[in-house]
Amino acid sequence: MKEIVVISGKGGTGKTSITASFAILADTEAIIADCDVDAADMHLLLQPDFAQYEDFYSGFKADIDQEICMKCGKCKQVCRFDAVRNDNNFYDIIPLNCEGCGYCKEVCPVNAITMIEQNVGKWYISKIKTDTFMVHAKLGVGADNSGKLVAKVKKEAKKLAQENSKDIILIDGSPGIGCPVVSSLSGADYVILITEPTLSGFHDMKRVFELIQNFNLHAGCIVNKYDVNNEISDKITDFCKKNKIDLISKLPYDEAFTKAMTTGKTIIEYEDSEIKDKLEKSWKKIMKLTDGH
Amino acid sequence: MKISIASGKGGTGKTTLATNLAYLISQTCPVVLTDLDVEEPNSKFFIKGNKISEKKVFKMIPEWDKDKCILCGNCQKVCQFNAVIKLWEEVLIFDKLCHSCYACSELCPKNALPMKSYDVGKITQFEYHDIHFVEGKLNVGEEQAVPLIAQTIDYVHKKFPHDMLLIFDSPPGTSCPVIEATKDADYIILVTEPTPFGLHDLTLAVEVMRELKKDFGIVINRYGIGNDDVITYCKNERIPLLGTIPNMKAAAEAYAKGELLSTAIPEIKTALNKIIQNLKVCEVL
Repeated sequence: MKEIVVISGKGGTGKTSITASFAILADTEAIIADCDVDAADMHLLLQPDFAQYEDFYSGFKADIDQEICMKCGKCKQVCRFDAVRNDNNFYDIIPLNCEGCGYCKEVCPVNAITMIEQNVGKWYISKIKTDTFMVHAKLGVGADNSGKLVAKVKKEAKKLAQENSKDIILIDGSPGIGCPVVSSLSGADYVILITEPTLSGFHDMKRVFELIQNFNLHAGCIVNKYDVNNEISDKITDFCKKNKIDLISKLPYDEAFTKAMTTGKTIIEYEDSEIKDKLEKSWKKIMKLTDGH
Repeated sequence: MKISIASGKGGTGKTTLATNLAYLISQTCPVVLTDLDVEEPNSKFFIKGNKISEKKVFKMIPEWDKDKCILCGNCQKVCQFNAVIKLWEEVLIFDKLCHSCYACSELCPKNALPMKSYDVGKITQFEYHDIHFVEGKLNVGEEQAVPLIAQTIDYVHKKFPHDMLLIFDSPPGTSCPVIEATKDADYIILVTEPTPFGLHDLTLAVEVMRELKKDFGIVINRYGIGNDDVITYCKNERIPLLGTIPNMKAAAEAYAKGELLSTAIPEIKTALNKIIQNLKVCEVL
């Protein structure tokens, strides 16, 4: 079984549109996982049925029982996150600031504080239009712990792949270099970097590549909208060569991506185009590069 | 006045809007632009400027003092983040998981876990014409953006007078880093694209702003590329549409090179000036 993770560093480079195209090309051979739980968009193209879901609990927040509280203020003294408010000698928790460390609970002399486990979102197992499974999630508004939800989505996708004897797990990762991305990368066999030839796109790709190196992972690169700046495209190509990143393909700037998206389709299903052809070749190349996993 | 520029989805044009608004407004009043997208800060490609200062940012993490430790295991018991693990006769600290709550350190009966500082990123200050530009940048491998965002905001508040206009370029998404970058702002501008992805992520961002009880308005970037569903949404939800920025390949090309669109493309300058006018009408500026 091979676990392929698609990431980008910078948002808006076409990561989800390209990953969803690969999901269609993989047909029934893959289990799909949308690990961009912060802004999960793959469902808009793959149309899952949202058939099964479960609440996801992670992390805690403190709660002060006013009947028991003796207003000593110890909780406020120890809290490093300004999460305890003192309003007219009345102590309560500002939930958005609370990190759930439980220090206040430990020091409360009268046990007035309880830690309440947080429902931070939902995760789903759905059938998508190619009749394969997709695992996806929705993080609650302003919820934290997205790294843990990503880990959950990945774990469930792996379980489904094993149960259904699928060879591929295709994962749409999150942007950035922080905790959800680190979580998306753990256990991956191959990483696809989607980048665009802009100063920021190249910069963010280099940062995320540095992160990949910490994980000792093999990576390939797709340069999207390569013709927006040929000079930077060439620099990206050189960077790939120097760092042993497989250059999978270069895709031209094409508004058909967006047009396909507005009809709820991937570009593969939309119309015959140069991009469609290039994506088909890219997917074949990725399958070849990951042979043996 | 503090304005945060945010979006549910990455790549919608937050940095474009933040840098260009800062540039245009700076021609009439001084502005502080702060890049809080610390995982991938990109404003510096458009606001080049001279470096004025740079400082490392630290978070506090415990350090195990073997000689004082009596292996009671209390540190592991109080740590909610699995950052302190007692293994046989050793206490292991996982720096990246630590939230710096101090519980293990201060509740240790033998003071065997003193807190020490640990480098997570840096804050750099630049000057570019009449723009003061501050960038927070997280070290690669660090997972927690929030402490650095908080310290970058703190730095700006200490360095600049309270009555100055502050523009924050926020991280994308709807989780903790965005909350940190927007919770103290007076007004939020949400940037989106007229596509199904843009609309979907905008609705999430709107939910967050409503939860935070913030005043906010919307700017549609790449206007003309998708459909009008975002405009219909703004009307139905009674959210002020501050303006639109036209979709042009020339804009993508200028952006790629790190050019400010307001200087490179006249149509876009006009569109941005309209947004500034609307912000004035909203009494934000």
